[in-house]
Amino acid sequence: MSQRVSVLGLEKTSVFALFRRIDGWTFGALLTSLLIAVPILSVFVVALAPGITSSDDIWSHLVSTVLFHYISTTLTLMLGVGAGTLIIGTGTAWLVTMHRFPGQSIFEWALVLPLAVPAYVIAYVYTDLLEYAGPLQIALRGIFGWSSYGDYWFPEIRSLGGAIAMLTLVLYPYVYLLARAAFLEQSVSVLEASRVLGKTPWQSFTKVALPIARPAVVAGVSLVMMETLNDFGTVDYFAVATFTAGIYDVWLNMNSISGAAQLASVMLMFVIALIALERLSRHGRKFHHTGSKHATLPTVPLSHSKALLASLICLLPIILGFAIPAGILIDYSLAFYQVTLDSDYLLYTTNSLLLASTSAVLAVMIGLFLAYSIRLHGSPLLIGAARVASIGYAVPGAVLAIGVILPLSYFDNAVDSYMLETFGYSTGLILSGTIFAVIIGYLVRFLALSFGTLEASLGKVTINMDGASRTLGHGPASTLKRVHLPLIRTSILTAGILVFVDVMKELPMTMLLRPFNFETLATYVHQYASDELLEESALGALTIVGAGILPVIILSVAISRSRPGHRSSESS
Amino acid sequence: MKHADLHRLYPKILGYAAVSVLVTGLIVSPWGNTARATDDENSVNLYSYRQAFLIDPLLDAFTEQTGIKVNTVFVKKGMLERLKAEGRNSDADMVLSADIGRLHDMVTAGVLQGVSSDKLNKNIPSQFRHPEGLWYGLTLRARIIFASKDRTQPGEVLSLADLAKPALQGRVCTRSGKHVYNVSLIASVIANEGIDQTRQWLTGLRDNLARKPQGNDRAQAKAISEGVCDYAIANTYYMGKMVTNTLKPEQQQWAAGIRIIFPDQDGHGTHVNISGAAITKSAKHRDNAIALLEFLSDTHAQEIYAEQNFEYPVKPDVTLHPLVSSWGKFKADTINLDKVAQHRITASKLVDETAFDLGPQND
Repeated sequence: MSQRVSVLGLEKTSVFALFRRIDGWTFGALLTSLLIAVPILSVFVVALAPGITSSDDIWSHLVSTVLFHYISTTLTLMLGVGAGTLIIGTGTAWLVTMHRFPGQSIFEWALVLPLAVPAYVIAYVYTDLLEYAGPLQIALRGIFGWSSYGDYWFPEIRSLGGAIAMLTLVLYPYVYLLARAAFLEQSVSVLEASRVLGKTPWQSFTKVALPIARPAVVAGVSLVMMETLNDFGTVDYFAVATFTAGIYDVWLNMNSISGAAQLASVMLMFVIALIALERLSRHGRKFHHTGSKHATLPTVPLSHSKALLASLICLLPIILGFAIPAGILIDYSLAFYQVTLDSDYLLYTTNSLLLASTSAVLAVMIGLFLAYSIRLHGSPLLIGAARVASIGYAVPGAVLAIGVILPLSYFDNAVDSYMLETFGYSTGLILSGTIFAVIIGYLVRFLALSFGTLEASLGKVTINMDGASRTLGHGPASTLKRVHLPLIRTSILTAGILVFVDVMKELPMTMLLRPFNFETLATYVHQYASDELLEESALGALTIVGAGILPVIILSVAISRSRPGHRSSESS
Repeated sequence: MKHADLHRLYPKILGYAAVSVLVTGLIVSPWGNTARATDDENSVNLYSYRQAFLIDPLLDAFTEQTGIKVNTVFVKKGMLERLKAEGRNSDADMVLSADIGRLHDMVTAGVLQGVSSDKLNKNIPSQFRHPEGLWYGLTLRARIIFASKDRTQPGEVLSLADLAKPALQGRVCTRSGKHVYNVSLIASVIANEGIDQTRQWLTGLRDNLARKPQGNDRAQAKAISEGVCDYAIANTYYMGKMVTNTLKPEQQQWAAGIRIIFPDQDGHGTHVNISGAAITKSAKHRDNAIALLEFLSDTHAQEIYAEQNFEYPVKPDVTLHPLVSSWGKFKADTINLDKVAQHRITASKLVDETAFDLGPQND
């Protein structure tokens, strides 16, 4: 029997081949993915459990009242922030990578700075600045002689539009970072070919550079959209009813965690469908770089007026997304630093830094392991498992935290029961309510950041490299170490720093999973911010921002250096 | 070793150094201690919905008096689920809440145990504690009406119902209808007036709003001060916090322009919510937890509460903060809070049904 039928790319005669393919790498990767996916799957389990209030009741209530409002608000928010970050992120990345204009070498790293500002902080400071009672409107009233509310029109900051603006300002750096890395990694020969064939710079951008950078740009925009989807701090402060706000409402005001988990599951299905759709639309095209990275990118010097415009375009997001919020935080801190200094401020800072760096290292290791295992043997099973494991980023934090709590306490209580029955000794809770639980939470939530970044980056290394290395007698591990790691070094750093900065800012999971007497900067700031007293904890918020700046600058320098021929390392 | 080899080793050395620093940091840092600091016999473990900076002075006073250490974690979303999942092994002995709603949900979920003592029964009037001692109220906050001194006439608004009068169109502010304080308020209206009345009232109130519900109670005072609206719904203690805020003198100004109205004095009385505490079913330090509960209900702690947060003490004979007593005596709604809490889901649904949080729909 030699007849072979190809089903889904698998060959029917070799059922055993499916298992033969499961070698150490695949097995390890599958196991890791499954472990990370357990909390996410727990959310689905909760969705199926009967609640105190019947789910039918909640759904019919939601459908007849607010559900469609939630959906339209959420879609508008996602599209708005997605489009905004796409334009700002790729636009500025293309400008600073491919052109020469005044300030360009500063913009290269400064454009990343807003990443360090938590969304709820930027929402807070801009409300203070722009609301009716804020200094700007008071000044305008003074100038134009308007006297009362309703005399004139001014955009309402606490609105859907306001939320889009705030989230765009702090999230565009995801797209910028990934797009810039992709532009820097592109091969010169392709761009030259495009120019030789008579394309204008704009055409080279849209027809050549952008399609090649698409996986990276898409990775960036999907991170942004997931972050937007699960945001609660900003939309709650702006009184914008999104799907996530609805999830919390059903959970806390209607006392139905199962109803909330059902909503969250629907939201996750939606995210999975979006990701699948994007992949399908690529038609399996893959873009590898074959040309040398060491050739200098052909940068275009800009004429006076164009250079000025380019500088302004790059300056604006930095001022709006970083300089203004940081300035206001400094202003608050000058008045209220004593409140923060009176607390165990240094301890909170240490806690935050240790948590963030530990999680970053672990998330990068796991992300790299998964991405490389998939590259080695991309079995559909493993790819699916890794996708599920990295979807935690789209789940609202507190809901995902419940997903972490359930299996951990199940494990703890099972061990306790066993030990009690067998040895008459109670072990109590082992993992629940520990730092370990908090770190698990971060890994589940932020794996998407490391895995997504590294998968996109590995994807750009041509598979011929692997072939060559293996032919030369190197095993997978050795090939990873000698060939891939040096090539994707920058992306490893990017992944680590994204996780680091995000952990510094993370709030809902930290709050729920942490042990007794344990504060991070984010939880400390939240105590006050939750009662609209951000000023009192401004120094804490400023420290979160500050702690994010240094790694962000290191990252940006490393990205520039990743292309030895690139001029910014020479000119500086 | 050749120079080139050494150069290649640098990244490795750096990597190992980073990992060792991290590991050492993890071990040396207070993390090792926090992991299970809760086993100490002479302690009590608290899950709190109230922020640490609000309750720390009270807990410090307790530790000073009794020598019992209090371990706390400030949790909001998911405290109930965490308690449920941890089950009998949970380290939590006691929970603190800023609202009756959360306590009620915990009763329903069966994670609390009833306790009773002469002291608790003596200190806390019966309408502010659960009949079986599943929860105890510790402080009271009245949900009142802020009115602009300049732009309102005394007598124009005397009840919550008055806020829905057509004459007030575009003159009222409030925080989100979904905030626990408002959900409890609406639930109390349902308990007193029934669902249909409440729906009508909520619709009228919605159309009187000057803007989409937003901000916290303090933000409503700011809005009155800026002329955005003339009336707002708020908790009493926010007034005290603004009046005494020397760090932010602008807040003293907001407060100065505001008159306090205790609504429904001719009817069933002003809605009063509690902050309260309960002992968990899993409590391993039950006696210590009861000691803390008794301490919090007693005169000394009640005075600290009154002094710090301008709340009304639950213990009847405790002196009010002079500022709080300057607002005058008022008749509180005596309806059982447990009964009010049962209407919270319906209240929350009414907010959706009337699209309250989208703001006025008459323009």
